[in-house]
Amino acid sequence: MTEGSSLITEVRELSSRASVIDLKGDVTASSEKALADAYTRASGKFTRTIVLNFSGLEYMNSGGIGMLVTLLVRANRQRQRLVAYGLNDHYRQIFELTRLDEAIGIYDSEAEAFADADAP
Amino acid sequence: MDSEPRDAAYWAKNVTTLKLGKVPAKAVNLNVTGRRVVGPVQGFGKMWQKTMRVELTGADVAPAEVIKTWKAEFQRFWPPRNWFYAPLEGIAPGEVALLNLGLPGRMKLSTGVLVLYADDESFTLMTPEGHMLAGWITFSAEAVDGVTVVQIQALERTNDPLYELGYMLGGNRLNTRFWVQTAENLARHFGVEPKVESQVVCVDRRRQWRKAGNLSKNAAIRTLVWTLGTPVRWVRRLLTRRRAGTS
Repeated sequence: MTEGSSLITEVRELSSRASVIDLKGDVTASSEKALADAYTRASGKFTRTIVLNFSGLEYMNSGGIGMLVTLLVRANRQRQRLVAYGLNDHYRQIFELTRLDEAIGIYDSEAEAFADADAP
Repeated sequence: MDSEPRDAAYWAKNVTTLKLGKVPAKAVNLNVTGRRVVGPVQGFGKMWQKTMRVELTGADVAPAEVIKTWKAEFQRFWPPRNWFYAPLEGIAPGEVALLNLGLPGRMKLSTGVLVLYADDESFTLMTPEGHMLAGWITFSAEAVDGVTVVQIQALERTNDPLYELGYMLGGNRLNTRFWVQTAENLARHFGVEPKVESQVVCVDRRRQWRKAGNLSKNAAIRTLVWTLGTPVRWVRRLLTRRRAGTS
């Protein structure tokens, strides 16, 4: 386990209904606070979809996958969808292996994720 | 994104269904081969996060050494009546282990786990369909202020309504106790009188009723049916042997 991991998050509003969280660095169990804070910033009154951008992901362990599950629970509680893009083949395979892809929609690009996210 | 990620070697390669290698003669091999793994997303019951931590104060042992021992002797630290048949290759990404677990009422449960992730300071096991729990459990060690701290952390839901009922009727408490005992046994192995801190958090109180159909793969029911059929299998084997002897 590579601890002391660092995750930098940035939040962008795509529309009144969708926001993007850009993730850069390592997603591990110690990313809990960074992810939770980013989710709070991304989650507006009318936000229905949170888009996770994994283009800057450098490292993820099983603790990181656990963080994504708890984030998913939080989003579902707010009746929001969680979708993702920017996953390389390796991380896409991890999403499939852990069957997280059955709950978090995966897209190839931000445009595709946004088109789906903003669909009424 | 062209170079291989740092974690690439630590994850199991994409596994569609589980396959077992050579199985020890005394192990009951049921409910593993051909099964898919299931995470908390696929389970039925409330979602729990359980964390057990124990400080190995006074033990001169590095986190990597603890994990090396734990991987090599995983079964040794389990409470009695429960068997973990480690894969021949050891606890390594993508390997499958067989579990024979003792349930209340002298019932048995035969199932398995996939080694989802393993590095020098942690490893994670993920459960298959039919297992009591849908999720994963991570065993890790880290140095905190010069002391090695061992942690067991599970993220889980019960797999179906029957298991959920069992969990409500004391199974949850027994499961927590199981992992506390494991942490205690590990600490004692390193010469430390254990003081395990445990934290149980209900992450999601909702039950996923659309997953109630998971009951059809319940490994406890299947193990019970298999056990009840043991006399029939004995008689059949005896007759086959006699027939072979007379011909």
